[in-house]
Amino acid sequence: MKLITVAGPPACGKTAVILKTVLELRRMDVSAGVVKFDCLSTDDDERYARVGIPVQKGLSGSICPDHYFAGNIEETVAWGQQQTVSVLFTESAGLCNRCSPHIRDVMAVAVIDVLSGINAPRKVGPMLRTADVVVVTKGDVVSQAEREVFSSRVHEANPRARILPVNGLNGQGAFELARLLRDEAPEQATVTGSRLRYPMPSAVCSYCLGEQRIGAAHQIGNVTTLNLTTPEIRA
Amino acid sequence: MTTPTYTPTTEEALAALMGDAPAAGAGGAAAGRADSTLTPSSVHSLTILPGHDKRGASEQFSRLTFTAGDVVCVVGATGSGKSRLLADIEWLAQADTPTGRSVLVNGVAPDLSGRYSGGGRMVAQLSQNMNFVMDATVGEFLHLHAESRGVELSSEDLSEIVEGANRLTGEPLSEYRQLTELSGGQSRALMIADTALLSSSPIILIDEIENAGIDRHQAIRLLQGAEKIVLVATHDPSLALTAPRRLVLTNGGISDVRQRTTAEERLAARLTQLDELQADLRAAIRGGEALGRFADDERLP
Repeated sequence: MKLITVAGPPACGKTAVILKTVLELRRMDVSAGVVKFDCLSTDDDERYARVGIPVQKGLSGSICPDHYFAGNIEETVAWGQQQTVSVLFTESAGLCNRCSPHIRDVMAVAVIDVLSGINAPRKVGPMLRTADVVVVTKGDVVSQAEREVFSSRVHEANPRARILPVNGLNGQGAFELARLLRDEAPEQATVTGSRLRYPMPSAVCSYCLGEQRIGAAHQIGNVTTLNLTTPEIRA
Repeated sequence: MTTPTYTPTTEEALAALMGDAPAAGAGGAAAGRADSTLTPSSVHSLTILPGHDKRGASEQFSRLTFTAGDVVCVVGATGSGKSRLLADIEWLAQADTPTGRSVLVNGVAPDLSGRYSGGGRMVAQLSQNMNFVMDATVGEFLHLHAESRGVELSSEDLSEIVEGANRLTGEPLSEYRQLTELSGGQSRALMIADTALLSSSPIILIDEIENAGIDRHQAIRLLQGAEKIVLVATHDPSLALTAPRRLVLTNGGISDVRQRTTAEERLAARLTQLDELQADLRAAIRGGEALGRFADDERLP
């Protein structure tokens, strides 16, 4: 089974891209399943189920969603094996841009949309910088020049990545993505013992443990203080 | 094929996040950065070899060649395969897409290394629902576009693009205007001038651009002058007849290649007159003039 981790900011079109890609894989007689990771709620599992894609969802609730992902990926892969799918997608939203679910030797896809602004490729962080493939969505609503500028910014942020435009609405580009994944994603029997490409946040502080009160008296553990200075006002 | 999986160490990953990326890897390295002159085109001709439609029926042509400066019309209902045709060209298909078509560049099978370089490398696209979303002035935007291609934009180049746009629209724009404040016609005009003069794509697709706000015939001449292959997807008769050839798409395949007839050329001339009349009427309305003098205009049908 090929495992593919798909990550990208909220509402960038991950689900639409995966849906269209799975349908293209199906045309190539390659079966695929999806495990959707989210934080508070999602109906995306319904969208997959409606077209007959085996799907599971995991909601992290009060836990950091990326930690939750790392804690569950081993069982997720085992589930995919049980479903006897040839390709298993994990979909997760990089909610704070700090984290990345990508795993060494596992095909890593980042999704980003051109409407997020030309500085977004730099801001999105490790889920884009460590990806093998960067899918750019929503290109059909902006000018040719802005698409070109955006691609070049993605290339600056991650010079190793393949960059592929995909239209999540009409599926343009999904065939090419499906074929790239089919031909080039490595096979995984398990991810037990695999390593994340990028470390998770090093944080255990009182707020991680449910503290709600503000103030130094309530802060314990890993606390970083913002260095606020008096700025020089420029005339 | 090789596995592209990249496995950085934590230190490399951290360095990458801090903007200190190690200069490694070649995958898709040419993303929009390879060219060094303003309007390069190493593509003099593009040839499509037939494939089949969605039912497997062979396409009705033996070989289709477009050369720089050609205008070709593409017609067909929604879902008839226009997007796939463009994707085949963009992808430089080698009998390895759902249509089975092959694409030759300058008569030979092309180098495929640019396939994952971000799109828009072969075909620049322009449609009615594309907008500028960047928070920048016209001048800043053109500099950014040039920079993304690794070229320097002189003030003469910049004026040339702005003047190019102003020849297409009835409402002149300046380099100091905010992009997002431009009218629909001004945006479209700037997109066309920018694509003609600053985009490296050898092919441009114009998809159902409305007549209002820009002079489409002038736009096509500008693109032809820039040695682009111009594909026009339209069902507008006046625009469709500017092309000597019309590709008819049915059920995912090219079912017919129509040559413009002499009768159609006469029709096109009449329709162009009507277009010009419409443009004059619009200009008069914009200028607050009375329109009575057009009542007996000889261009009226």
